[in-house]
Amino acid sequence: MFWTVTLSLLEGFLTTVKLFALTLLFSLPLGLVMSLGSMSKIKVLRYPIVFLIWVMRGTPLLLQLLIIYYGPGILFHTNVWGSGDGGRFTAALVAFVVNYACYFSEIYRGGIQSIPVGQYEAGKVLGMTNGQIFRKVILLQVIKRIVPPMANEIITLVKDTSLARVIAVYEIIWSGQAFIKSDGIIWPLFYTGAFYLIFSGLLTLLFRYLEKRLDYFR
Amino acid sequence: MSILEVNHIRKNFGETEVLKDISFSMEEGQAVSIIGSSGSGKTTLLRCLNFLETPDEGTIKVRDEVLFDGAKKENPSEAQLRQRRLHFGLVFQQFNLFPQYTALENVCLAPQLALKEKNEAQQKKITEMGEELLERMGLSDRMGNYPHQLSGGQQQRVAIARALALQPDILCFDEPTSALDPELTGEVLKVIRSLAEHHTTMIIVTHEMTFARDVSDRVIFMDGGRIEEQGTPDEVFGHPKSERTKRFLAGY
Repeated sequence: MFWTVTLSLLEGFLTTVKLFALTLLFSLPLGLVMSLGSMSKIKVLRYPIVFLIWVMRGTPLLLQLLIIYYGPGILFHTNVWGSGDGGRFTAALVAFVVNYACYFSEIYRGGIQSIPVGQYEAGKVLGMTNGQIFRKVILLQVIKRIVPPMANEIITLVKDTSLARVIAVYEIIWSGQAFIKSDGIIWPLFYTGAFYLIFSGLLTLLFRYLEKRLDYFR
Repeated sequence: MSILEVNHIRKNFGETEVLKDISFSMEEGQAVSIIGSSGSGKTTLLRCLNFLETPDEGTIKVRDEVLFDGAKKENPSEAQLRQRRLHFGLVFQQFNLFPQYTALENVCLAPQLALKEKNEAQQKKITEMGEELLERMGLSDRMGNYPHQLSGGQQQRVAIARALALQPDILCFDEPTSALDPELTGEVLKVIRSLAEHHTTMIIVTHEMTFARDVSDRVIFMDGGRIEEQGTPDEVFGHPKSERTKRFLAGY
């Protein structure tokens, strides 16, 4: 029985990890673009992005998943997500990417704005281009400052992936819960908890290592 | 030919007139001190020279080349602005060293980025120049240290070396010792003094009156966005003509 459960949970966990990894892959750069947009002097760029961030951070991710998955079909009578498991996964991924990009963009913004203006000015009077100032002077300082809040957000993402089940994406909790119905046992659910704990534990170690690596300057 | 000619510079921040018709010139190899109370526009003037602020009116000429002319409503490109800035160096009150680089890397970063083509010989030359500059600053044993491992005085000396590395025509100091403990100002002033002895062209905004008197060839006293009085240290400190200057100096 243990092996049956393990195999089933692993299958669910694969979906969880896939959703987690792909969300990061897309939302980390998207968040950066959005943060630059939200700081832009151009109002037609800034306002929509600030509005989007407000909506995505101000409403439950669960609600966003439902609306993004069912919305297009019901409102416009087109199935944009494709059929079956793949379609539902894509819809979930899009919801996660947009939602997390909004959170990340605010973390980036905080990091970028916390760099003293003197750092930019020093770069300017030394004849550096704006690109050089950002890449060679600002970026690493921003990264150092955002590692702790990013770690927080990314570990939250590990657990948030379980919300995808609301549109029937078969992630690990779904797999675990199935055994309640079929076999009347609860321990597979505890077992899923162990998966989460180990995964987030590894991430914690990774971020601690990163913090240490950036500890050589202040 | 004057190395720097500043004519009728005006600068407003909103409703506030910060600089009202500033004109002065200086010769190559001179050290000019700018003194005056806080808010008199000294720092803004330096920031205008370094193109961190754009004056509203007036002209700035370096070796007869017009770098800024308020009458021409031009919008300089980033590259043009960079080119103009390179005539000036600026040492900040708060040092503004790059924390993630060592002292030597701080000095060498900008010259290395400015290289058209990067080859080992040239990079080595820059490193050697950086080491030489830090040695002149008395920091030969601190080259591999990061800014947070240095005292304020040491950080400021690294900042001076960093500004010198680009060989500016005119090196500007914005209250270089104001952020330092009294104990540490001496080592920074000593370095600036030795630069003056080697005829580095400098503009020094400072509250260190004795130092300004000793080290500079000319002194400018600013008050309320105007140049109230200028002349040799002996004229300004010894025989000030303006009542305002007398009152200011009496405070020291």
